[in-house]
Amino acid sequence: MPGEIEQFLYHEAHLLDTQRFEEWLDLFTEDATYWVPLEQNQSDPVETSSIIHDDRTLLELRVKQARHPRAHARTPMARTVHQVGNVRLLGESDGELRVASTLVLVEFRAERQRVWGGLVEHRLRSAGATFRISHKRIDLVNSEGELDGIAILF
Amino acid sequence: MGAFDRERLAMLVQPDRVHRSVYSDPAIFELEMERVFGYAWLILGHESQVRHAGDYFTTRMGREPVIVVRHDDGSVRVLVNRCAHRGSMVCAEGRGNTERFVCPYHGWSYDRGGRLHAMPFESGYAGKLGELGLHAAPRVALYRGFIFASLAESGPSLEDFLGPACASFDDLVDRAPGGELEVTGGVFKHAYNGNWKLMLENHLDGAHPAWVHASSVAVARGAPDPGPPGEEHYYDIAVRQMRQNGAPDAVWEAVGVWTTRFGHGYLGDYHNDDRLVVGLGNPVFAEYHRMLAAKVGEAEAKRILGVTLWNSIIYPNCSFMSQFRQLRIVHPLAVDRSVVYTYSLRMKQAPPQMFRDTVAFANVVNGTASWVLTDDLEVYERVQRGFSSGAVEWLNIGRGHGRDVDEPDGTRRGGTGTSEIYIRAQMRVWLDYMTAGA
Ligand code: FES
Ligand SMILES: [Fe+2]
Repeated sequence: MPGEIEQFLYHEAHLLDTQRFEEWLDLFTEDATYWVPLEQNQSDPVETSSIIHDDRTLLELRVKQARHPRAHARTPMARTVHQVGNVRLLGESDGELRVASTLVLVEFRAERQRVWGGLVEHRLRSAGATFRISHKRIDLVNSEGELDGIAILF
Repeated sequence: MGAFDRERLAMLVQPDRVHRSVYSDPAIFELEMERVFGYAWLILGHESQVRHAGDYFTTRMGREPVIVVRHDDGSVRVLVNRCAHRGSMVCAEGRGNTERFVCPYHGWSYDRGGRLHAMPFESGYAGKLGELGLHAAPRVALYRGFIFASLAESGPSLEDFLGPACASFDDLVDRAPGGELEVTGGVFKHAYNGNWKLMLENHLDGAHPAWVHASSVAVARGAPDPGPPGEEHYYDIAVRQMRQNGAPDAVWEAVGVWTTRFGHGYLGDYHNDDRLVVGLGNPVFAEYHRMLAAKVGEAEAKRILGVTLWNSIIYPNCSFMSQFRQLRIVHPLAVDRSVVYTYSLRMKQAPPQMFRDTVAFANVVNGTASWVLTDDLEVYERVQRGFSSGAVEWLNIGRGHGRDVDEPDGTRRGGTGTSEIYIRAQMRVWLDYMTAGA
């Protein structure tokens, strides 16, 4: 179906924007990684810090934390709009599609609004009529900047 | 600044309570920048950041933008990043290596010691321009590889200033085989809308984890247990720490908390490496222990690893954790705005996994999007907003007041682990700084 990759990415964004985090998690494969590098052009997630570097287990725990009644920075969760654009199919290897996109994200919480911009790469595996995410990398334009605490998912 | 004479300031900081204006009055903040950050020794970084002549990085001393640079003679210089001509910052923020700092505005250039080297249109000036250099911090000193500077011409020596807190740096450095540490692995820079003191008052606070960190404690308890050797998870080190944050009250009360005359402080007894780092039975830790013992002998290695100074505060701008090799520097930006730079230190002669654990710890516990720090930041901001209340003037810092114990080594110990002695010590030296010469 034409545009099915785009539709999938929009669906993912919609789940985040409607705070359906558990359903969002289900989009990821069991061996998935979710990576928000700290440095520009970062190639190493092991000996260089990351804003987020989660395997599937940590990602699940991150969502659990957000649901905890005393998760102070996450109660309430920020409202967000994830605007996905410039979707490009980069290639296919090992049964995975590599998809690039851009993300513009508006976040609102506690009388403060922030705008984020990022370059995103997804690795997608076909799963019946849809996809599962095996890897998602978000390179924030301001990853090396002085940032207030981050309690959202990109 | 006649409004803040000695009596007035002393009114604001009492033994068991502090007036909210100490955290929220912009006039007091201005005075702090002059009398605390303009006077005290401030930690700026580590010599591994300026290893070779010409290596430099930019940072701040209070609000002063500065350049830390390795001079040709091997010394470390600290230059105020402001052109002697018409004020432009001569060096873009960041790090690198350079022969000279060339101002982008009219091209005045300065050598690595800040001396004016050359300028275009020199004939436009009648006199000699020799004195026109970059202002240098008058005092720079290193302790165990950590770079400190003071903007004041005179004052206590660095060793006197650190006093018993030298032990915390010794612990940090001695743990590295060969004493070799380097700053690497990225820098988190997290900001919050709150006063700079809130961070320093948080890091020795054993009463807060059960509340502030309730959500990460709960989640860590549900996380997979740390794996046996060979099957560890990347995040085990962080899960251990988060679970430990949920230790019973009796554990927190039994922790040692010490303070020094210059407002420094540290927590001890809380973590041993078994509870925490990789577990004493772990082959990586055993290998590390062996590498340390190869340098200093088995008895000394045992002694070093037996030191359990956990969080240490070096007042007024630093906090570090020696077992995790995390160092944080707080930069005040405004009375209600601060930014904290978080550095990871690698032991150069230890198994690579030791540093990977440090990075994992930084990401999950101390990072800008981590599970632990984010809740601290949220609380700092709520505290700062609370200070806008005029109906309630005072903060209470009285837990354990009257039960402090003077130790033979000149430190003062809290009666229990959750004593607020560390805030009282910080406030006492704050008042000393603020009223010196007043
Ligand atoms: S301001 Fe630097 S050369 Fe003029
Ligand atoms: Fe905390």
